[in-house]
Amino acid sequence: MTQRPQQHSFNPYTENGGTILAIAGADFSVIAGDTRQSEGYSIQTRYAPKVFRLTDKAVLAVNGFAADGNMFVKKVRQRLEWYRHAHSKDMPIRAIARLIQTMLYARRFFPYYVYNILGGIEEDGTGAVYSFDPVGSYEREACRAAGAAQSLMQPFLDNQIYFKNQTPAPGTSFPQHLPLNTVLSLVIDSFTGATERHIEVGDSLEMYVVLARESPSIQALQNIVGIQERTSTADGERIFVIRRDLKKD
Amino acid sequence: MNSFANRFSTNTTQLHSPEEDNFSDATWGSQAGFGNIAMGVPTFSIPDVADPTSFLQLHTDDHADPNCRIKIQHGTTTLAFRFQGGVIVAVDSRATAGSYVASGTVKKVIEINPYLLGTMAGGAADCQYWETYLGMHCRLHELRNRERISVSAASKYLSNLVYSYKGMGLSMGTMICGWDKTGPAVFYVDSDGTRLKGDLFSVGSGSTFAYGVLDQGYRWDLTDAEAQELGRRSIYAAGHRDAFSGNSCNLYHVKEDGWHFIGNYDISKLHYDGPGDVPGAPEGGYGYDIRVEGLSSANPPEAAASA
Repeated sequence: MTQRPQQHSFNPYTENGGTILAIAGADFSVIAGDTRQSEGYSIQTRYAPKVFRLTDKAVLAVNGFAADGNMFVKKVRQRLEWYRHAHSKDMPIRAIARLIQTMLYARRFFPYYVYNILGGIEEDGTGAVYSFDPVGSYEREACRAAGAAQSLMQPFLDNQIYFKNQTPAPGTSFPQHLPLNTVLSLVIDSFTGATERHIEVGDSLEMYVVLARESPSIQALQNIVGIQERTSTADGERIFVIRRDLKKD
Repeated sequence: MNSFANRFSTNTTQLHSPEEDNFSDATWGSQAGFGNIAMGVPTFSIPDVADPTSFLQLHTDDHADPNCRIKIQHGTTTLAFRFQGGVIVAVDSRATAGSYVASGTVKKVIEINPYLLGTMAGGAADCQYWETYLGMHCRLHELRNRERISVSAASKYLSNLVYSYKGMGLSMGTMICGWDKTGPAVFYVDSDGTRLKGDLFSVGSGSTFAYGVLDQGYRWDLTDAEAQELGRRSIYAAGHRDAFSGNSCNLYHVKEDGWHFIGNYDISKLHYDGPGDVPGAPEGGYGYDIRVEGLSSANPPEAAASA
């Protein structure tokens, strides 16, 4: 047998499905993701979190290749811990956003296959959402969906949050920011809708809510069943998790 | 190629060698993000394969393979021109991934410092990262030389920088605009290493449409209001005719005292209603079907049509 040249390609990436979403309010931010992890048509697990608490005022959602995503979150957390040791305070969210840009861009020639959405509270107390591409370009926005069902959810959010293609009734105008309970309902509706129409979305929904210092929006969280607080220090921003079931077929 | 890649990799012989693991003591302090500047040129992880560039192309180049996983934002119209009253910079705000409109609110003008603007075409991250990096070096120049960097020097710094990465897959087409001792200045810099001084440039998939309007209306002695209107009208034309451009137009004017943000204009609104009450703008929409309404029997005004 004669030896012939063979070509191999290095293929270190896969796509693990799922979707993430974040919406900023006046004094809060909601960051959500489903927990299904799949490869092709098989479901690997029904509970693999994609949303991670970074500090008391910042939450990071990652989507794309799960192994890259988990490693990336681990490295961001390490850098935030170092910052805490050096400065005895948490890194502000705008600085975390820039940090994420430089960490992603450091892998410009061997990218992390991860779409990141960072949500939380800015130093001035306003809700913030930053969205990133895999190599680090970023922008502050009011709302962003990413991942498998991004193209199903974003048009719905454009309509319900930015009031795109709607005209206000005569003599009225659309609100600049929506209240927390409305935002939570929209997030749940977005995910139940995406679960119906996208095979890679489902199992359960994890929603992180970040509230600004002494935010009156806490009222909206009073009667929510199964809500858990994830705050680590007193009298600062507060973080809560809300879990909901999604269809499992 | 590989010896070239080695220059940017900390150690290619080891499998585990991402630069993030090689932290100096300085990283423990405040230099959390661009702290790598302390080490000189920033370093990048390179995959340990025979040809790193084709690896990157395999996974990111959406022209060769529309199904590739990592989509880099593309499609744009940007323009900048020099005139008697300074520099006008106008851009659209659409980002596309394939045929999906990934964002309609992208900031394609990068505010390098109060006197320098850069525009974004090609890879969004490449432009954002390197123009921010350029801003840091412009500040260092000010501290070292006690005067602002010239637009020429700043653009040359950027072009030399991207030229050192030639062939590695960077993609950027940018205009560095500002006002220095020589007056208003515009330089075109791209990732091939081209650097051109000029009066008028347009970059991106919609540039041909923008040039059509721009060339027709351009004069050195344009008034400020006329120049701003020309920038706005040119981006409108590109947004109207190029599917990969649109959503809204961001307009900047660089004067002797630095840049000024003039406004954000929705391109659909420009078509039907025009920019509103702004200096230099005509009454009514830019759309030809709007402008010629009632001038021919084929296009009667609404009232006549329904009568």
